[in-house]
Amino acid sequence: MTQVSDQQARTRDFARTAPPLPPRQFARWFWRQLTSMRTALLLLLLLALGAIPGSFIPQTKVDPAAVIRFEREHETLTPIFDRLGLFSVYTSPWFSAIYLLLMVSLVGCIVPRTFVYLRALRARPPKAPARFDRLPASASYETDESPDEVLARAQSVLRRRRWRVDVDDGSDGVGVVRAEKGFLREAGNLTFHIAAVVVLVAVAMGSLWGYKGSVIVVEGEGFSNTLTQYDDFSAGGWFDAGDLTPFSLQLDRFDARFVIDGPQQGQPREFEAQGSYVAEPGADPVPYDIEVNHPLDVGSSSVYLVGQGYAPVVTVRDGEGDVVFSGPVPFLPEDASYTSSGVVKVPEAAPEELGFEGFFLPTAVMDGEIPRSAHPAAANPAIALFVYAGDLGLGDGLPQSVFALEKDGLTQLSGEDGKPVRLLLQPGQTARIPGGLGTISFDEVRQFARFQIGHSPGSSLALGAAVLGIAGLLASLFIRPRRAWVRTRRRDGRTLVEVARLDRVSGADLGADVDELTEELRRQSSRPPTTAPESGKG
Amino acid sequence: MDTEQWATLSNNLVAAATVIFGLACIAHLIEWSSSRISAPDAETARLPRQLVSAVQVGAAAGGEDAQSRREGGERGERFARIGVALTILAAGCLLVGVVSRGFAAERVPWGNMYEFATAGLLVVVTIYLGLVRFMRAQWLGGVITGFAVCMLGLAFLAYVPAGPLVPALDSYWLLLHVSAAAVAGGAFTVGAGASIFYLLKARAERETPEDQRHGYLWRLPSSAAIDQLAYRVHAFAFPVWTFAALIAGPIWAEHAWGRYWGWDPKEVWAFITWVVYAGYLHARATAGWRGKAAAVIALVGFATFLFDFIGVNLLASGQHTYSGL
Repeated sequence: MTQVSDQQARTRDFARTAPPLPPRQFARWFWRQLTSMRTALLLLLLLALGAIPGSFIPQTKVDPAAVIRFEREHETLTPIFDRLGLFSVYTSPWFSAIYLLLMVSLVGCIVPRTFVYLRALRARPPKAPARFDRLPASASYETDESPDEVLARAQSVLRRRRWRVDVDDGSDGVGVVRAEKGFLREAGNLTFHIAAVVVLVAVAMGSLWGYKGSVIVVEGEGFSNTLTQYDDFSAGGWFDAGDLTPFSLQLDRFDARFVIDGPQQGQPREFEAQGSYVAEPGADPVPYDIEVNHPLDVGSSSVYLVGQGYAPVVTVRDGEGDVVFSGPVPFLPEDASYTSSGVVKVPEAAPEELGFEGFFLPTAVMDGEIPRSAHPAAANPAIALFVYAGDLGLGDGLPQSVFALEKDGLTQLSGEDGKPVRLLLQPGQTARIPGGLGTISFDEVRQFARFQIGHSPGSSLALGAAVLGIAGLLASLFIRPRRAWVRTRRRDGRTLVEVARLDRVSGADLGADVDELTEELRRQSSRPPTTAPESGKG
Repeated sequence: MDTEQWATLSNNLVAAATVIFGLACIAHLIEWSSSRISAPDAETARLPRQLVSAVQVGAAAGGEDAQSRREGGERGERFARIGVALTILAAGCLLVGVVSRGFAAERVPWGNMYEFATAGLLVVVTIYLGLVRFMRAQWLGGVITGFAVCMLGLAFLAYVPAGPLVPALDSYWLLLHVSAAAVAGGAFTVGAGASIFYLLKARAERETPEDQRHGYLWRLPSSAAIDQLAYRVHAFAFPVWTFAALIAGPIWAEHAWGRYWGWDPKEVWAFITWVVYAGYLHARATAGWRGKAAAVIALVGFATFLFDFIGVNLLASGQHTYSGL
């Protein structure tokens, strides 16, 4: 981020026309290019450009289900996208290359600038230019005071205004007060850029050592924090499963409130999960209350409420009259009125394995061919299920989703009219499965909570650095580096006082500043001024 | 008043504000068209005395041309004042409209796309009126009022009746994160308006010969002064946006979703906006990028902000789906 100087521009021209540079010089040239402001700027814009595709193409880390849907729908694009890393843009080699280059460029800029800054802190304020009238703002007046009096007062005036002041008691009859101010601007600038690097390091820490997983817990059931209990789990490369906080929790009750009437009818109002947790084996259970926006912290992990839904409790008896399945089955909400889909797999049923696939409707309305849900609250719950018999495919050892049936070995059961059988059940009802294969009962409705459990090390470091960075940013944007000089020289038995100001950033009303400083120097003078100040340009 | 009445009041006032912004915009358009034929009074005033009288003599001799120019200039001034007065009135309506929306919904009035648009626009107009008061920036009026009419028109498309928040939004971070985003967005809007004028004025300064320099653009401050104004507005907006998108947002996301950064489309575009404006600030300090290139980057930044606000809500799906659409 050093500014592109003429010298650099020449270096570049030289590189274009001259024979190839020896490796060392090439390395130096390359380093200069990489750490130039122009390159940093291009890398920044490239980073913005590179971030775009990830907001349109589904990302494996963000929504894996959407990626699978996309792959099904776009068979030609998928291999191309896959090769370009477009399903995981933010961890792809090319995106990483951009931000790593940016980071190197940043560090390559910060380090030398820090040394320059430290030197500048110790250095004297800069020398006065020879001619003040060439500066953007200057003024002068004549007085009968001695140069020493004027210089002493200029020093005290500027010191009072918190300038760094130094004085040349010119042996040649010319005295200069040099003053400088606004050092915190560059300090802020450096702080901001260092903070940006620290934030990136903290994010990297989080993704290397952190973990994140989610699990569905039905009312009355529990969860203990081990890998096998998670529905899905992802962790950084350096994460060790032994690091999981060994807590467990029980969900006693889940409350969901929805808007009953009015224009926002059906909109969720409040979700609340209540129960107790055990921080580590052997500890006493502690009651908890987790809401959206109010996670539970256990050790280094946090438990968030990220989803909810219904889990109808069903009991299946097979053709021989034995209870082969009984328990809650989570159905995943698919729309705002919580029409939820799910499956029941009964591998123990005899003579044939049974599978059920269908919908749970919290407020069922039967006004058409297909029942639908009118409201997300469980006011009139019902399940509508299609029935399959045959081989569920669980024996072949391949992992299966608990929310879908593997239908290759299954036959859908039909009624006497030849149409697929659809069983419609409300709590307390039992239906007969065609072909004498048994019965299914819908016993009651329970709710489930989907918890996300995770730990991202480095998050407080990232926050601290971000806050520090913003402080630095404010300093670098709003503090102005300023320079001023007051010069005295004897002329015809009187003292000529010249005042000048120079800023390295534009924007200040330098002329007004100079006039005001001049005025203050003159006003405090014990003797009345003899000439009016001549304001310079500015 | 009960919530229904507050809601009705709010709707009526926002509609009224739209109409008044429209009238203000028309007033500024008349100001522009008047200035097309007006001699720059300010420039005449700067001429040495003997030249002024020569111009006046020339005008008297040359016919009605200069006379009509001067009248056009006065008319332009008058309509500029009318435009600003109407904008103040519209801003008052909008302010009461946004506040009463808060009473109607019994919460802070920026919980969905319609509310964010109205509240954000209030910020835009407030910043603009502040600049008019302290920096005589009424030349921004036409662009700002035109933008206000378009934005309120779009807001009506996203209208949802006042109501409570979904649980994910029910947090005090809504106050901090969204209001900071609205303030930064409002300032980006004003900054973009100034950058447009900078580009127009800078081109005019490059291409117009000295003797043809009359018309609306020549009543504006110099391109350097406009650039300075644009920079100040952006320099204010950038830290606020940093806070909204990269500090308050992640803290809230950590509380609500269990991760502080997850490359949700809204987050991606907020990040892109941040990076582009960071590019703008760097461009202003880079040889060869100052001026035109920097102004263009600022406009690109504003486009990414608008896309983050509108496009992401319409096109992308993600966790920030609170638009009510």
